[in-house]
Amino acid sequence: MFGQSRIAWRVWSLLLLAQLREQPVRMLITVVAIALGVALGTAVYLVNNAALNEFGLASKRLVGSADLIVQGPREAFPESVFVTLAHDPAVSLASPILELEAAIPGVRDAFKVLGVDVFRASAMQPQLMGDIAPHILQLFATDSIIVSNQAAVQLHLRRGDLLQVIVGSKAKTLHILDILSPDTYSQSLGIMDIASAQWIFESIGDLNRVDLRVKNGVNLESFKKILAAQLPASVLVITPQVERDRAVTVTRAYRVNLNMLAMIALLTGAFLVFSTQSLSVLRRRHSLALLRALGVTRLALQSALLGEGVALGVAGSLLGVLLGTFLAAIILQLLVGDLGNNQLQVVGASLRAAPLALIAFLIIGTVVTSAGAWFPARSAARQSASALKGAINASPRTGAGRYFSIALLGLGIVLTRIPAVGGIPLFGYLAVAALLFGSILLVPLLWVKVLRKMPRTHHVVLDTAVAQMRDNVKLSTLSLSSIIVSFSLMVAMAIMVYSFRVSFDHWLTKLLPADMQMREPLGNDTAFWSVQDQARLTAVAGVSRIDFRRTRLISLDAVHAAITLIARDFNVNNIADILPLVQSSALPSTKLPPIWISEAVQDIYGYKIGSEVVVPLAGRQHRCFVAGIWRDYARPAGAIVISRQAYQTATGDHNANEGSIWLSDGQNAARVAAMVRAQFALQDSIEIVTSSAVKERSMKLFDHAFVITYALEAVAVLIGLAGLSFATSSTALARRAEFGMLKYIGLRRRQVIGILATEGMLSSVFGAIFGLTLGAVLSLVLVFVINRQSFNWSIDLAVPIWQLAILGLVLVTAATLTAIISGRAATAGDAVRAVREDW
Amino acid sequence: MRIALGLMLLCVGVSVRATAGSDVLEGRALTFPGDYGSHAEFRTEWWYLTGWLKTEGESLGFQITFFRTRPTVDVDNLSSFTPRQLLIAHCALSDPQRGRLWQDQRIRRAGLGLAEAMSGDTHVWIDDWSLEHKSATYIAKILAEDFALNLSIRTTQQPLLNGRAGYSQKGPSPLSASYYYSIPHLQVIGNITRDGKSDAVHGEAWLDHEWSSQYLDGSAIGWEWVGINLNDGGALMAFRIRNPKGESHWTGGTLRDAHGTTQVFQPHDVEFQAKRTWVSPRTGIKYPVQWHIRAGSREFDLKPLLDDQENDTRLSTGAVYWEGAVSASEAGKDSGRGYLELTGYGEPLRLR
Repeated sequence: MFGQSRIAWRVWSLLLLAQLREQPVRMLITVVAIALGVALGTAVYLVNNAALNEFGLASKRLVGSADLIVQGPREAFPESVFVTLAHDPAVSLASPILELEAAIPGVRDAFKVLGVDVFRASAMQPQLMGDIAPHILQLFATDSIIVSNQAAVQLHLRRGDLLQVIVGSKAKTLHILDILSPDTYSQSLGIMDIASAQWIFESIGDLNRVDLRVKNGVNLESFKKILAAQLPASVLVITPQVERDRAVTVTRAYRVNLNMLAMIALLTGAFLVFSTQSLSVLRRRHSLALLRALGVTRLALQSALLGEGVALGVAGSLLGVLLGTFLAAIILQLLVGDLGNNQLQVVGASLRAAPLALIAFLIIGTVVTSAGAWFPARSAARQSASALKGAINASPRTGAGRYFSIALLGLGIVLTRIPAVGGIPLFGYLAVAALLFGSILLVPLLWVKVLRKMPRTHHVVLDTAVAQMRDNVKLSTLSLSSIIVSFSLMVAMAIMVYSFRVSFDHWLTKLLPADMQMREPLGNDTAFWSVQDQARLTAVAGVSRIDFRRTRLISLDAVHAAITLIARDFNVNNIADILPLVQSSALPSTKLPPIWISEAVQDIYGYKIGSEVVVPLAGRQHRCFVAGIWRDYARPAGAIVISRQAYQTATGDHNANEGSIWLSDGQNAARVAAMVRAQFALQDSIEIVTSSAVKERSMKLFDHAFVITYALEAVAVLIGLAGLSFATSSTALARRAEFGMLKYIGLRRRQVIGILATEGMLSSVFGAIFGLTLGAVLSLVLVFVINRQSFNWSIDLAVPIWQLAILGLVLVTAATLTAIISGRAATAGDAVRAVREDW
Repeated sequence: MRIALGLMLLCVGVSVRATAGSDVLEGRALTFPGDYGSHAEFRTEWWYLTGWLKTEGESLGFQITFFRTRPTVDVDNLSSFTPRQLLIAHCALSDPQRGRLWQDQRIRRAGLGLAEAMSGDTHVWIDDWSLEHKSATYIAKILAEDFALNLSIRTTQQPLLNGRAGYSQKGPSPLSASYYYSIPHLQVIGNITRDGKSDAVHGEAWLDHEWSSQYLDGSAIGWEWVGINLNDGGALMAFRIRNPKGESHWTGGTLRDAHGTTQVFQPHDVEFQAKRTWVSPRTGIKYPVQWHIRAGSREFDLKPLLDDQENDTRLSTGAVYWEGAVSASEAGKDSGRGYLELTGYGEPLRLR
């Protein structure tokens, strides 16, 4: 056994060195492809991990040592709830908090402010409050606020500066007492005394969070249940872990693209290895046969050949892991991890060493590559003894492949029916892989059929080319497979992105029917327009009509992130005109207020159309009727639309914080916008944009988000093309004897090159059609399974025909050109010598 | 005279737009039970209970303190969280067998019924820590992290009015003064819990209740205070305020003899002489823990129950000081038990 493995080792090193010497560029490209796949996977993982770590750390600081968090709706609950909790014999410490997203004039994002009782909070959040203790008395001044370092950077604040916040439509001035060190808290945050927060934000008597620490020996789960039963409806008891899990949910979706790309690159790499190894086995069949004749066993030879693939895999994976780590570091530094949406801004996230994960990626890369090398190694070891005297053995072995292929395709279809695992469309990805492999296995079968059906044209070049390909199906299949893999995946991605873009465009158009949109800073709790303000705004000259909206964040359960409640004016009969409905039902005779839920609410909470559900409004549970489901690309956590009238009846809240403005005929948008602003002392607090500008900006953001996708796709296809050209040229070289023979029997060099060009063109046309078809099938999985499971929103399928046609054309042209170039190289020189050399 | 630990911290850097409290004036007669209660109009106030406890075979010292202070606040703010009053409680148990001090403290804003200092009679609490006076008995309940006290404290004597009928001057200026009475010879029964193990205790205690708006003047850096329940039924309170040179800045005291005759001391009547020092292994601060005191014609020697009775509250309130149980003797003869407080031996205390 020892001798055996030593021989395999020697053979391996001999073969590998020879390969490296002879084909350094091809080996390099293969390694790069593998590296790219591994790097993408690694980078996505690391960035995400760092972001989550950072978020986890930040949320840990915010939660501190609390055992339970009693969380109310944003519009708060009475402070008597806190008093009751503080008196509860099972509670050892209760810390009252008023947590608000404050609107800052001229700043687009809301600013998180915590109103805390430092005396109680310092026991609960010692790290966060540690820096505050020395300032405790000054913090009692109602205008005092301490801000985190990140907030100071974002809002350009220094100690002693003044900061304006908008409450209602008025400004209030706060005084920056101190700035926390970046180590204390890395996100944007302001901390005020609870009394000041209630006073400044006009929330006297209100709290919306109470942190609890329970006494030793209290069973957390049963206490949680008791509390939940006692507390007012819409006040939830959550465990701190849930808070962190919510963040995980938020970051999940954006990874889809990059993971998909990583998969493309890795699979392309594996197929490159497969085709490279297959071809090189064919090319070296004499040397291999000789080795066998010299007594090297089949196992040793197979191990040696497999070893070549493994070596490539290890090299590529190592490079990939390094590259991925480097990439992640750059992404974290430059982009400062805004994870695809504004829900989770991660700043200061730093790369963490994750040795286990890196090793895992190393292993994945190596295993996938080795799988690519295993088939050629096995077949080479089987055949090589006979190859010493035989020609290129290129008869396709089709029988077993067919059943395996059908089984894989079947498996792929079944996998698409399985729901996501913890919000990750794991089986969707597996389905893509199964369908891809299953289809690739079909390539030789179909190719043979196509070639057999090819009619004779009596055109010598064409007929010879077809005849040659018929005899060498295996060779042409090999060069085709890797390009089909990358091309089909690229097609699938292109269709998905295009579909998404078209749907997104439609959605925007539906949502922005008015001339202008106005709103207070997104997600803020403090700025709004009172009924008087609304009347004044509507009265502005040039304004024909304003549809006001009230948006609020509400929690439907203790597990998921808060959803957006949108109260807006509309005629129930015309709802389809203002909402991008995907499903609607007839209104029932019941008096229940109808609501329209976004697809995310449908997916996450399982609410069904036509059913009755409970929605917390102003601290009370209201039964509502689900009258329709609409598509929403803006709020991944979910959104519910309710009529403003029903909302006002339930809550008594007549304020608004968003509006759509219709201009009177012939009015200038900029002038009206200026006049609307002039209604308020804080002119720059409101964001007013024309709908077309919103749309333009949104589409630009959309395209921006997919730039990386496009770029990486292109790289994957370039690698595929490189693989194809290497395959072509090495085939051409391997067939020099054949070309010599053709020349010998009277064909001119131009005709020989013509034969090669025709082969390249025909096979690449086949590859392009096959790739397009396969890509279209895979795109269905992407659009309807992976997209839906990741984002909880639907996309209408749309095919970018021109884009795909051009891609296909590029592929065919590139393949034909490559064939011509390699043909020229291979046919240069003496025919007789070529024949002799090869035999 | 006792120092509000938290107050030292809280007074540092307070802006001067302070809601200045009522002035302490000579001649206002203390009336009871009204003056047992809280005096919210004064800036600071404290109830300070100290004493010796006995379990079977052990002698322990204890102190329970409730402070009240009025920070500067926006009086317009209608929030019920507005910190119109802050309450601070501190509790320590001197445990010679374990050679350690058990201590814990709490700070809260008064309000919402969770922490209050009531007027009318002594009733002050922070969550489940409380001190309440009812029908000649104080009930003290402290549930600390790793120890607990549950004491019933019966009064046996009338309040001892310190200074001139309860007006206690703290420096050369008559403006720096407090209203101050003590109740010596309180009889304690109850139980204490340490590390989950409960023991019945009995003993004798001393209560100080003092309130003021301007306590010390700028020349004070620290002080000594002692209160002794004398074995013959008498009681001694004496204090010395030190200036930055470590010299006496002001002294004072009150002595009630066994027959109930009260003697109020002038600054020249009281002398403090350090006899032995102890260096804290934790902070490196050197405390004179053994003293010779002259109060009028009587001379006392004070010896600590254990040397290490250092209170380190730097993490919460910033103060490090020594406070602990002492025994007193006159001419070598055991004459009483009490408590001694030493402040300003580390960093000078900065009282406004």
